Amino acid sequence: MSTTSETPVLSVRGLKTHFHLREGLIKAVDGVDLDVRRGKTLCVVGESGSGKSMMARSVLQIVTPPGRVVDGSMMFSRDGGGSVDIAALDPTGKEIRAIRGRDIAMIFQEPMNSLSPVHTVGDQLVEKILLHHKIGTKAAIERTVEALDRVGIPDPRRRLAAYPFELSGGMRQRVMIAMALACRPAMLIADEPTTALDVTTQANILELMRTLQDETGMAVMFITHDLGVVAEIADEVAVMYLGQVVERGSVEDIFYEPQHPYTLALLASIPKLGARHSTGKRLTAIEGMVPHPLNRPTGCPFNTRCPEAVAGLCDRADPALKELRPNHFGACHLRDPQHIKSRNPVEAGV
Amino acid sequence: MAAFIARRVLYMLVTLFAISVMTFIIIQLPPGDFVTSMVAQLNLQGTTVDAGAMAVMRERYGLDDPMYVQYWKWMSGILLRGDFGYSLEWRRPVADLLWNRLGLTFVLALCSLLFIWAVSLPIGIYTAVRRNTVGDYVATFFGVIGLAIPNFLFALVLMYVAFRYFGAGIGGLFSPEYETAPWSLGKVADLLMHLIIPTIVLGLHGTAALIRLLRANLLDELNKPYVVTARAYGLSERRLLLKYPVRIALNPFVSTVGWVLPTLVSGATITAVVLNLPMTGPLLLQALISQDMYLAGSFIMMLSALTVIGTLLSDLLLAWLDPRIRYT
Repeated sequence: MSTTSETPVLSVRGLKTHFHLREGLIKAVDGVDLDVRRGKTLCVVGESGSGKSMMARSVLQIVTPPGRVVDGSMMFSRDGGGSVDIAALDPTGKEIRAIRGRDIAMIFQEPMNSLSPVHTVGDQLVEKILLHHKIGTKAAIERTVEALDRVGIPDPRRRLAAYPFELSGGMRQRVMIAMALACRPAMLIADEPTTALDVTTQANILELMRTLQDETGMAVMFITHDLGVVAEIADEVAVMYLGQVVERGSVEDIFYEPQHPYTLALLASIPKLGARHSTGKRLTAIEGMVPHPLNRPTGCPFNTRCPEAVAGLCDRADPALKELRPNHFGACHLRDPQHIKSRNPVEAGV
Repeated sequence: MAAFIARRVLYMLVTLFAISVMTFIIIQLPPGDFVTSMVAQLNLQGTTVDAGAMAVMRERYGLDDPMYVQYWKWMSGILLRGDFGYSLEWRRPVADLLWNRLGLTFVLALCSLLFIWAVSLPIGIYTAVRRNTVGDYVATFFGVIGLAIPNFLFALVLMYVAFRYFGAGIGGLFSPEYETAPWSLGKVADLLMHLIIPTIVLGLHGTAALIRLLRANLLDELNKPYVVTARAYGLSERRLLLKYPVRIALNPFVSTVGWVLPTLVSGATITAVVLNLPMTGPLLLQALISQDMYLAGSFIMMLSALTVIGTLLSDLLLAWLDPRIRYT
């Protein structure tokens, strides 16, 4: 038990997913390092276009062509021992297909369109169970009913014959979660699963996911841009910007001791109730726009919008992700312990 | 579903009634009535008709009755006795001429529909999945040619090829030795052989159009989230392709059922002449030229009715295929 909880279920190192387009090379994911641990939730946050969804899809090798995983490793460790590097698998091969759904399940942002509109809920769930388990149709149906029941769908046996358009958005997302759990995966990737839902439904779904995680002990990678959701469910957080993880650490580290200027800016841009009244300040926003993917800045990807950027340093070299404090990583020249030491030896020594 | 079918059948009956009224009006359109035209024709040939015979004829067809009675007599004749009236030109009851031609047209429509489906389904899927590859461009090239070539020209080319290289008999439905022979296995085989060229010729346009349609539809579906979901759960590419996006892109296939028949009738006249096929097209044209109104009217009515039934059929199939239609 202790050994399995120490090896991450998924360990991503130097992951790169690129799109070779006629207009040029788009580096959607450009060197991502992160770990997802058993029973823990890793939240991946970032603005639109930061590559978080592409990173999530890369884990299952379902990036749509011409995009593909070009470099890096993704070590997936099974509970019973044995690990496999997903990055080395053929995206259409048998091995990766056996991992999809069975070992790592995924739920998506649009519960409206993530299920086929012309097949019944039961048909689609039973199909996925039969694909991965050698059991009879009857047993698969029973398991489907059980899964639907577990995610809180009333009268699950009757819902088997329902079409997705007969269900509400929240119900559909519950069906998706039931589908994800039906094969008892070791890890769940949730790509903004609550973005399209109203706030009450969102809270219900988050609550449900947490309960199910406690029951099953699965690892969760949760993609979101909503820092409120992060605060609620995350154990660890990875902040992404332009295809790179710029800061990574425990949820306490990120919220109370943020290091990277981008994380600081993100946290500062959360609207606070009554803030304007008390301080007379308007909502802070991050200066400028996310650079166009075909026009990436040289050096640190964030240097064009960074209030602390130092000319001649930040626009020259791309900072590496370094351990700033135990289990707290950041990719910033100005936070790099070596840099601080060389610039101000006295202060660093204290 | 039962309510849906009942509603559609009800609409169909209303449409059929409207068609019959239209047809009746068309039949009445030429100046003079049926008996006067017949007498005039007989007079031209030097035969005189006495007034008594004329009166009997007028009585039989109810020509002196008010319009709605005439309509009723005509309609009840069709519905109760299968009597479509009398063809002036052929001097035969219309029903005799009608069923033969209509039967063959129907068989050909069915054959070319199957041909269209069988050819355009795999090619359509291939061009969508392998879009912008050499295979796609080749298929598109031939598809555009298929759309551009007039059917009768293509028929001539195929007849030439069949005769020159395969020594196959050309045109018509039967080889001379079977023409008058009683039905036998050999005759059926001969008929099927003769149906190949018409089927290809008549199906060409539909095939080319349906390939383009399926390709466009499938391209829309291929990147839908539900396809990504299926892939994310480990379905193989072939299986998920056939089960999800193809299934949803299939709607135009079913809709073709409704329009194959009318296209064959109105568009295939020249082809039928070139291939010497006893289809409805040439006979209808002939009947219209010689103002053989009972024959023309009956054809128009039967073909409209079949089109309406075909549309109903395709609507029902569509509802079966796509539950979203069923419930709205």
